[in-house]
Parts: sequence; C-alpha cells; structure tokens
Amino acid sequence: MWLDRLWQGVIDTFLMVGVSSLIALILGIPLAVILVTSGKGGIFEAPNVNRVLGAFVNIFRSVPFLILMVALIPFTRLIVGTTYGVWAAVVPLTIAATPFFARIAEVSLREVDHGLIEAAQAMGCRRWHIVWHVLLPEALPGIVGGFTITLVTMINSSAMAGAIGAGGLGDIAYRYGYQRFDTQVMLTVIVLLVVLVAVIQLGGDRLALRLNKR
Amino acid sequence: MNATVQRSLPLEEPTPHSAAQARLHPEKANAHVRFSQLGKVYEGQQGPVTALQGIDLDIERGEVFGIIGRSGAGKSSLIRTINRLEQPSSGQVLIDQVDIAAFNEDKLVELRRRIGMIFQHFNLMSAKTVWKNVELPLKVAGVPKEQRKRKVAELLELVGLQDKHDAYPAQLSGGQKQRVGIARALVHDPEILLCDEATSALDPETTQSILGLLREINQRLGLTIILITHEMAVIREICDRVVVLERGRIVEQGPVWQVFGDPQHEVSKTLLAPLQHALPEDLQTRLQAQPSDKHASIVLDLQFTGSDGNEPDLSALFSAFGGRVSLLHGGVERIQGRALGHLLLAVSHSPLSVEELLTRARKQAQHAKVLGYVA
Ligand SMILES: Nc1ncnc2c1ncn2[C@@H]1O[C@H](COP(=O)(O)OP(=O)(O)OP(=O)(O)O)[C@@H](O)[C@H]1O
Ligand SMILES: [Mg+2]
Repeated sequence: MWLDRLWQGVIDTFLMVGVSSLIALILGIPLAVILVTSGKGGIFEAPNVNRVLGAFVNIFRSVPFLILMVALIPFTRLIVGTTYGVWAAVVPLTIAATPFFARIAEVSLREVDHGLIEAAQAMGCRRWHIVWHVLLPEALPGIVGGFTITLVTMINSSAMAGAIGAGGLGDIAYRYGYQRFDTQVMLTVIVLLVVLVAVIQLGGDRLALRLNKR
Repeated sequence: MNATVQRSLPLEEPTPHSAAQARLHPEKANAHVRFSQLGKVYEGQQGPVTALQGIDLDIERGEVFGIIGRSGAGKSSLIRTINRLEQPSSGQVLIDQVDIAAFNEDKLVELRRRIGMIFQHFNLMSAKTVWKNVELPLKVAGVPKEQRKRKVAELLELVGLQDKHDAYPAQLSGGQKQRVGIARALVHDPEILLCDEATSALDPETTQSILGLLREINQRLGLTIILITHEMAVIREICDRVVVLERGRIVEQGPVWQVFGDPQHEVSKTLLAPLQHALPEDLQTRLQAQPSDKHASIVLDLQFTGSDGNEPDLSALFSAFGGRVSLLHGGVERIQGRALGHLLLAVSHSPLSVEELLTRARKQAQHAKVLGYVA
C-alpha cells in the first residue's frame, strides 16, 4: 500500500522537477543570452533591457522558495485552475528555476573568452551566428553543469512544495514521516532522494566533462 | 637617395580622397588600405584616452607591411580599424578607395570576409575540431557543403595540418594552433591579412616556420599582409615597409632596409637598438675622450645604411686610412637585398688627421663618427 504511494511519489517528483526544469531550460538559456549580450560592450548592447531583466531575475532569485510559492498562489490558480497537486507546484517551481538557471548559464556565457567573439566578428559572423556558433557551444559544458545544479535544487524545492500539498516524495515524507513517525517510509524516501540526486549529479558531471574539450 | 628625403617630409597632403583626387594622383590611386587623418579616442574609466591621432598612411596592394612601436603606442587600435573591430573616432579608413566608417552589419560582414585576421592567442573555438574551426567562416556565409569540404581540405593542406582534421585545439601545439588560425583566416580567399602579434606566443623556431608560411602566402596568393610585432627580427624577415608609432602618431616610416639601416626617431632607435651592434661594455669602459698618447687608436663607428645598395668595400676603406686598422666589433646584415650595419674600427699609426679620416670614411660609409680613443 505505502509502496504504491511511494511509487506515485517518485513519479510526481519526476514530473514536477522534469517539467519545471525543462521549461527553465527553454526559457533560461535565451534569458541568459539576453543578459550577457545586452550588457555593456555586448553584441546586442541594450543597457535598459539589461537592467530591467537583471532586476527581475534578482528579485525572483532572492525570494525563498517557500515564500515565493505562497505569494504566487493567485497566479498559480489563474494558470492551472487549482492550487493543489503536481501541476500547481510546477508553476512556482518553474518561476523559481528559470532565473536560478539563467544566472548560472549567464556566468558560463560570460566566461567565453572575448577574443573568440572578436575572432568570430573578424571572420564575418553576424551577431546571431556568434550566439549560435560561439557563445552557446563554448559555454555548453558550463551550462550543462548549471542545469545539473538546477535539477538538484528543484528536487529540493519540490519536496518543499510537496509538504504543502503538491504530492511527490516530499509529500510522502511529510505525511508518513513527520505526521505518523513512520521511520521506514522516512528512510526509504531519504535513500531514494540521495540516489536520485547522486545519479543526476554524476550524469551531469560526466556529460559536462565529455563536452569540455578545453 | 630621394626616398630619404621623402621620408623626412610629412607624407603628402592630408586629404579627402575623392575619385577626382585619385585621378589627379594616379600613382596613389590604388592604395589598398589608406588611413586619412585617422583618430581614435577610447572612453576609458579615467576619461577619454587618445589612442591614435592624425594618421595618414597608404598600404599598397600585395606588400607586407609592418607596424612597430612601444606598448600602448596604438598599433592594435590602428590595425583593428581596418576590419572595424574598432570604429574610428575621426578621419577615414579607405579600403580600395571605399570609406568603411558607415558600413551597416551587412556590408561589414561582407568586408570582413575580404579581410582575414590572426591573433596572438589564436582565438580558436575550443569546442570545435580543427576542421570545424576552419569551416566556420564558410558555414556562416552559407557556402554549400561540398564547396566547404573542398576549401577546408585545401587550406588545411596549405598550412600542413592534413592529419589533424579531428583534433581539438587543446590537443595542438602553439604553432599548430596558429596554423589553424591562418587557415581559418584564409578560407574566404581574403585580399588582406591582419596579424596582431601573431608570433609573440611562439618559440623562435615555430616563429620562423609561421613567417615562412606567411611569406609563401603573400607570394603565392598576392595577399596584402599587415602585421604588428614586438620582434624586430620578424619585420626584418618578411616586411617590405614598416611604420613606427609612438603615442598614437606615426613617427617614422619607410622601406624596412631604410628604417632599420638608419633609424631617425628616438623611438625607432630604441626599438632597433638590439639589432644595432652597439658598443660592447668592455670597450665602452676602455674608451677615452682624449688620446692618451700619440699611438692611441682612434675608434671609428662606420654605419652602412644600405642606401647605395653596395656592400662595404673593406680594402678601399683600409687603404684610405693608411695605418693600422683593426676591426673591434660590428656586423653587416642583409635586409631586402641591401647590406647594412655597423663596423667599429680602431685606427692607429695613421698619418691622417681625425677630420681627414672621417672624410675618407664617409666616402665608404653613410655615417661615420669618432667614438673616442683606446690606448
Ligand atoms: N578598449 C579600450 N578602452 C580604453 N582604452 C583603450 C582600449 N583599448 C586600448 N586602449 C588604450 O589605447 C592606447 C593604445 O592601445 P593599443 O592596444 O592600440 O596599443 P598597442 O600599441 O597595441 O599596445 P601593445 O603593444 O601593448 O599591444 C593605450 O593607451 C590603451 O590603454
Ligand atoms: Mg596590441
């Protein structure tokens, strides 16, 4: 019986983390590219865009997830029609993950040697070519590493979401472990989470290493 | 020679270069790159920094042109205005008589495909193989795949990296990386190649091989090469003409043999001092301003600037002096087919006066002076 629930919890956690991280990946990379290229001396220099976007990212990054989640309840209801369950958790998770990941990706993109951008300009690359053929491929190992960190952080956050009714492993740990003091379930959840994080971290590290030709 | 005279004058009139003007001065009409009253000011943290001012300079098609000067003189700023990595603050840069200042992105991209550039730190894409690095300029230009294949293979062959197609830059030596850089720079068959300290990160032997490659490219493809270097030997090795920059201005320019054989400006002299066969330390300490006795030797410094195209005639020199002549120090080297250098001679037991010795020396050497006396 509780094994079934555990299985459901794993699936829910996967869903929450997977969907929100995927959306964060899709939105975060363009966001990071804009943050880097619109800055001073960037190839799409636009200081105002840069300031506004940077401020937005900072605001969302500095609000603790639990508070963000509560604050976003009206917005979540607007989007998914409910504030309960996996899909309701996806909304705040995505909104937390996107700026988080964007900042990490931004750092990797910023670390791309300026000489490479100049070389690309000198060989007749348009600005989009530079983004596509230089910035992104050169920053890719760092971006992969950043995405790994995002996934792990989202597992962490999803457990928090679980505690206020989103389902997933966090929910199970909270209900069985905290409310019923069922040590067996608690331990199983912990082991599952540790294994999950370890697999993600290891996989991410290995991929980043393989992509890194430097 | 008239070249000497021309050099000491400011280079023709500073200039708007209309087509009409080009017709008035046909001999100047085909300058490949022309700077006209070029100025560059950077907005630095502590206010504006003037990197270049009043640069008037013509670079001819097919020549290898060197730019030297101390650190911060403005060399990189100058070369980078040619492909608009830097935007001029004033004046013009004309390439084939076309002012490039107002180019939009489309025209700029087109221009940059006609101008290759290689860098001190190679600037290769670390995530791409050698092949992909060289292919990139073609790819972004939309060249079809088959054509790209042929061109990349051809260029990797030219630079001698046929067997490194799939290597990543991190797996290459400095010299190999620069060869990839050269292949990449040449892949659009450019007319101009810009080199900003392209050999500064390489050891002497690798430098030689890269210089050999550049010379070959210049001769085979008729490319105009413009290069910056801190190594005077590089200029001597492959340049036709050289310009000396100091504080953003041109202080000297001319054929390499001329500037190297007889540098006029203090900065040029300082830069070229390592090549100048200056007086060695021990002789310097023995040198006296006045003769100690009548048998003391006079130390003469004869400078051969190569301006008459002849090698120093030693027998003529020695018989003109009439006395004992010993060679203390010096050397002659050939630059662009001319012999130039210094000879330091000690002359004793000569019946001639010092003035007479100098007069006779000057029949053979372009410059002659008395450095002092040794016992
Ligand atoms: N982006 C920049 N912002 C502000 N000042 C600059 C910038 N680039 C160059 N300068 C200044 O302009 C002057 C000329 O610099 P430049 O790089 O052209 O010199 P250089 O002759 O190439 O020197 P080096 O031999 O050290 O490479 C220097 O005083 C430098 O500090
Ligand atoms: Mg420089």
